[in-house]
Amino acid sequence: MKGIIFNPVLLKELKLRFRTFKSFSGLMFYLSVLIIFVSGFLLVFTEFSLTGFFKPSESFMMFSVISVLQMGLVMFMAPALTAGSISTEREKQTLNILLTTTQTSAQIIVGKLLSSVAFLILMLIAGLPLYSIVFLFGGVSPWQFITMFFYYLVTLIAIGSIGIMISTLTKRTIVSMIATYGTMVFLGFITLFFYFIGLSLEQLFIAQNPNTAPFSPITYFWASINPGVLIVTLLSPDIKSALTESVGISFPNWIIYLIFYVLITALSLTIAIRKLRANMKTNR
Amino acid sequence: MIEIQNLTKKFGDFKALDGLNMTVGEGIVFGFVGANGAGKTTAFSILATLLAPTSGDAFIDGKSVVKEPQEVRRIIGYMPDFFGVYDQLKTDEYLDFYGACYGIPERERKVLIPQLLELVNLSDKRYEYVDLLSRGMKQRLCLARCLIHDPKVLILDEPASGLDPRARVEMREIIKHLKAMGKTILISSHILPELAEMCDEIGVIDKGKLITQGNVEAIQAQLQGNRHITVKVLNEVEKTVKFLEEDPFVSSIEVMEGHGEITFIYKGSKEEQMQLLRKAITAGLSIYAFMEEEKDLEDVYMAITKGADTK
Ligand SMILES: Nc1ncnc2c1ncn2[C@@H]1O[C@H](COP(=O)(O)OP(=O)(O)O)[C@@H](O)[C@H]1O
Ligand SMILES: [Mg+2]
Repeated sequence: MKGIIFNPVLLKELKLRFRTFKSFSGLMFYLSVLIIFVSGFLLVFTEFSLTGFFKPSESFMMFSVISVLQMGLVMFMAPALTAGSISTEREKQTLNILLTTTQTSAQIIVGKLLSSVAFLILMLIAGLPLYSIVFLFGGVSPWQFITMFFYYLVTLIAIGSIGIMISTLTKRTIVSMIATYGTMVFLGFITLFFYFIGLSLEQLFIAQNPNTAPFSPITYFWASINPGVLIVTLLSPDIKSALTESVGISFPNWIIYLIFYVLITALSLTIAIRKLRANMKTNR
Repeated sequence: MIEIQNLTKKFGDFKALDGLNMTVGEGIVFGFVGANGAGKTTAFSILATLLAPTSGDAFIDGKSVVKEPQEVRRIIGYMPDFFGVYDQLKTDEYLDFYGACYGIPERERKVLIPQLLELVNLSDKRYEYVDLLSRGMKQRLCLARCLIHDPKVLILDEPASGLDPRARVEMREIIKHLKAMGKTILISSHILPELAEMCDEIGVIDKGKLITQGNVEAIQAQLQGNRHITVKVLNEVEKTVKFLEEDPFVSSIEVMEGHGEITFIYKGSKEEQMQLLRKAITAGLSIYAFMEEEKDLEDVYMAITKGADTK
């Protein structure tokens, strides 16, 4: 296990990552987006409240905005970091050399994943000082904060794994990028769209059969795997109960989210590890 | 040391390798020659465990490429025909990374890297970024990289291609050195003379098949019957050509326009060749030169692959 985690690919990737300007500019981009939003938010709210003070409820709202924003940034940055991880090596013709070394496929894939994850975590940590404002004004419990970070972690590892899998399967980075961002659009928006379609069908059905209670697990599934929905329901019990009532299922959506993303991670990594090298035995 | 058995690789319907059989003994520098597209890179990729064969197998030091690829990786050092380097990485970091990839402890790597750089004459480039090195230097660095885990077998795909003559000489010196270290070395090239000087044995591949294998002299002897002869005449080129065409042992007559130079291949014995010359002179042809060309390896190669074509 130690060999898989502290492997040469990870160490080299980290070294290179912190040496390039691209990473630095990525970090700057991320921080600027956060700062612009937070300062805009502060400006608007202190202007509008008569006292010029920031109330705990507003602080909570800002926390919500930052949380959704950070999830969005995770979903935006993770593909950029991982979707090229194998295919750029293929394009730069460094992959074949790496594959003839005695590193196992699992070590190479995990090394690539962890180096990207480490960078994303660094980004999240770099954004931490902004939360100090939130804590200053109250309205947010440390537990909520920890939960949020836990889900960021689950999500970024899953997205990273998807990106690496697609990067392993595609020949060209550009194709891999498009496919990975396509997957993000699916998870972030299309799932929500499916949820609303399911919901309207449901309502149509209930209108025709007035005595039935709503029950639509598939519709609930689409909503449950949407990262935005997860964040919002974690933050607001009202929205959460509105969601569960709309589909007639009270099973917690975060469990579905967790199971789904852990499975996606496991599946993506397994495929990536299997497909990294030519299968000498069965590819006949 | 290397045994290739009935190796076949199909890309769709196209057979890049067609039942390739080959054996290379331990400590031998083996030259693998073939025109572009003959299947050299395909064969080497399979040996390097990068490509799965459609059928057949290859054994390196008794380890099956198909069944024990991880074991094979431990014993081979592979240099692809085209390869890249990571930018932002320095020469010693480059070697250190691959050393780590082979599981060599850091302390050993620290000792090994200067030695390897010394071996390939790159000691002075130790702290330079690899992507800034010249092609020849990258090629040598890649060779050093192949050696980091002290493999028994080296598989070098066109190591001298794209190098200037000086860099090529350097590469050749290094390979001689590696041979002295007892490595079994497989080198491919589409240029035979390039290989002849450093190889013990040569195998010729064409259309995915091994046409001939043996030491350089043996391959030359195989073609002993064919002599390339150049005749120079002052005038009456056509008459001379006609005269030559009548001889049953003469073939492939070619005329260099304007120079009065005629070349042909002669298959007869030395006696018969002498008779031909005597007859030509008594026939009054204006021959002032009659030369047997030194057969270089390129000709051998051309003749062998041509022979394969007509089969
Ligand atoms: N991935 C591939 N897909 C289809 N054809 C290929 C592939 N790789 C090689 N070939 C074909 O196989 C033949 C042998 O190629 P190669 O082994 O690279 O030859 P060489 O190295 O001797 O020049 C060529 O005709 C080439 O076009
Ligand atoms: Mg080739």
